[in-house]
Amino acid sequence: MAAEVKTMRDAMINKICQEMQKRENIFFLSADMGAPTLDEIRTKFKDRFVSVGIAEQNLINVSTGLALEGYIVYSYAIAPFLTMRAYEQIKNNVALMAQIKRDMNINLLGVGVGLSYDMSGPSHHAIEDMSIMRALPNLIIFSPSDWVLAEKFVDYSIKIKRPKYARLDGKPVPRIYDGGQKIDFQKGFCELVAGEKVCLVATGVMTQRALEVAGDCLKNGMKVGVLDIFLLKPLNYDSMYEALKKYECVITMEEGFINKGGVDGLVSDLLNTKQLDVKLINLGLKDRYVFEMGNRNYLHKLNYLDKESVIKVVKEVWR
Amino acid sequence: MNKEDLIEFEEECCHETDVTKLLAEKSAWVRKETLRIHKTCREIRIASCLSDIEIFTVLYYGKILNIRPNDPLWGGRDRFIVSKAHGAVSLYPVLADFGFFDRRELERVCMENSIFGSIPDCRIPGFETINGSLGHGLGVACGIALALKRSGKNANILVLMGDGELNEGSVWEAIMFAAHHRLDNLLLIIDKNEKSMLDYCKNAIDLEPLDEKFKAFNWKTEIVDGHNVRELYYTLKKLKEDRDGQPKVLIANTVKGKGVPRLEADPLCHIKSLEPHEIDEIIGGLDNGCRS
Repeated sequence: MAAEVKTMRDAMINKICQEMQKRENIFFLSADMGAPTLDEIRTKFKDRFVSVGIAEQNLINVSTGLALEGYIVYSYAIAPFLTMRAYEQIKNNVALMAQIKRDMNINLLGVGVGLSYDMSGPSHHAIEDMSIMRALPNLIIFSPSDWVLAEKFVDYSIKIKRPKYARLDGKPVPRIYDGGQKIDFQKGFCELVAGEKVCLVATGVMTQRALEVAGDCLKNGMKVGVLDIFLLKPLNYDSMYEALKKYECVITMEEGFINKGGVDGLVSDLLNTKQLDVKLINLGLKDRYVFEMGNRNYLHKLNYLDKESVIKVVKEVWR
Repeated sequence: MNKEDLIEFEEECCHETDVTKLLAEKSAWVRKETLRIHKTCREIRIASCLSDIEIFTVLYYGKILNIRPNDPLWGGRDRFIVSKAHGAVSLYPVLADFGFFDRRELERVCMENSIFGSIPDCRIPGFETINGSLGHGLGVACGIALALKRSGKNANILVLMGDGELNEGSVWEAIMFAAHHRLDNLLLIIDKNEKSMLDYCKNAIDLEPLDEKFKAFNWKTEIVDGHNVRELYYTLKKLKEDRDGQPKVLIANTVKGKGVPRLEADPLCHIKSLEPHEIDEIIGGLDNGCRS
């Protein structure tokens, strides 16, 4: 079945545009970052679309001011610049302030996480964002694996009046959620494939890879589970424990640094907190930047995140 | 201030000389109260808190700010962000005097279970945001200014910054933004006390000509003596009412450590504390000055 392919940002921005039509209390701010679907917002809502220029720090600060006055704000920029150029603005004016001001609705939309900007090199890669954003209290972290989730986020973002960071992939992705699965923001994850013995726990675009791996493994008689974490924070530990306890081995997959508090750290803490005796293997990027040129699949191959490399790891633990 | 004081104050304000006199008296009182707080809380940046006192008294007692102390978050209020939050302890006595909180809180600054620290946050009635890290206030103010305009509110947003704070790049992002969006409900006051932590500002990053910089960025610019309450009062009043498409800045020339000769003369006064016996002597001197 050919799945419909779209970018997460286009799906999300389309839905935001519909909401802006219905509601007067939404602002959309961009740090000189566009999208095909953004043009509609730019032309239709001239007084509520603001281009702050190439100025991520001011993007966060202006968004804060608008949110303090009760507006729902979407703050849109390239992920590495949004999270790292403006990190202290996010700490002080978003995370810190939200502990006192309980209804600040700022939604940071970071586009191009992980190695999305494969050809642009390491300045444009965002492989630290999960680790550093997880460090901030009072911040919800959304990490969708397909455009359906990205679209669903918009309702959630309006309903939950708290700061959020949505980490969006830059490339078009096929849909994973076709209506057959329950998208539960209370849980924060979805067990896409129920398996035996081994479970792949992934987030973002790596969930797409995990599904490919599980598909191939099944052909070889290995029924591998796939669990997609789309809300890195808050995550329901109890439900996740229930989902993982039937497995003997958990393999985490992320397009980010490992051993620095990303998905690997999250799952490790869960297993530790719940005293779950499961073998844990962490796949991701080692402690070095990726200068190598080539498309994303090539970069995955170099870093053992391609389908074949992951299948090899599964085969080793399956025995 | 209680109700009787307010009525009295309004009567006094009928006469220009009386306004000036009242503002000068209040400034002297706030200076003493701030020094008293320093006696129990050694951690406050006393020199920074002494340069902005006249600015605070004029904003509040001069009724530049349209506020309701019994309803600090009233929607129509003028918002005020103290971006140089390390210099905001001298605002505590003013807010207490206006009834934003109990005056006894002034005796508990920096103590266990107090919400009043050497740097304030928005748990304290009268404070809008959390500052302390420099360079954030003006950008947040731009967002507030934009929100006020879009929601049709006539209120103003005022910001107090130090001159050293202008070294932060994020400030200039906000300066450009405010002018581009014609945020004429935004009024920035610069407490230009000429010193940052390590030295005179001019020896680190020379900001001059500061007024020309703002003019070049399309801001309406005024300069006053930041300890002259009369000048401050009339210029702030005029600037606040100006709504002709430009954001506005008042450069207030001040003296860091104002009122304490030892601090005034010290380029490193930012990090200097005063001894309790010294504070008593200074307060005594200020009392004598008031009587004469």
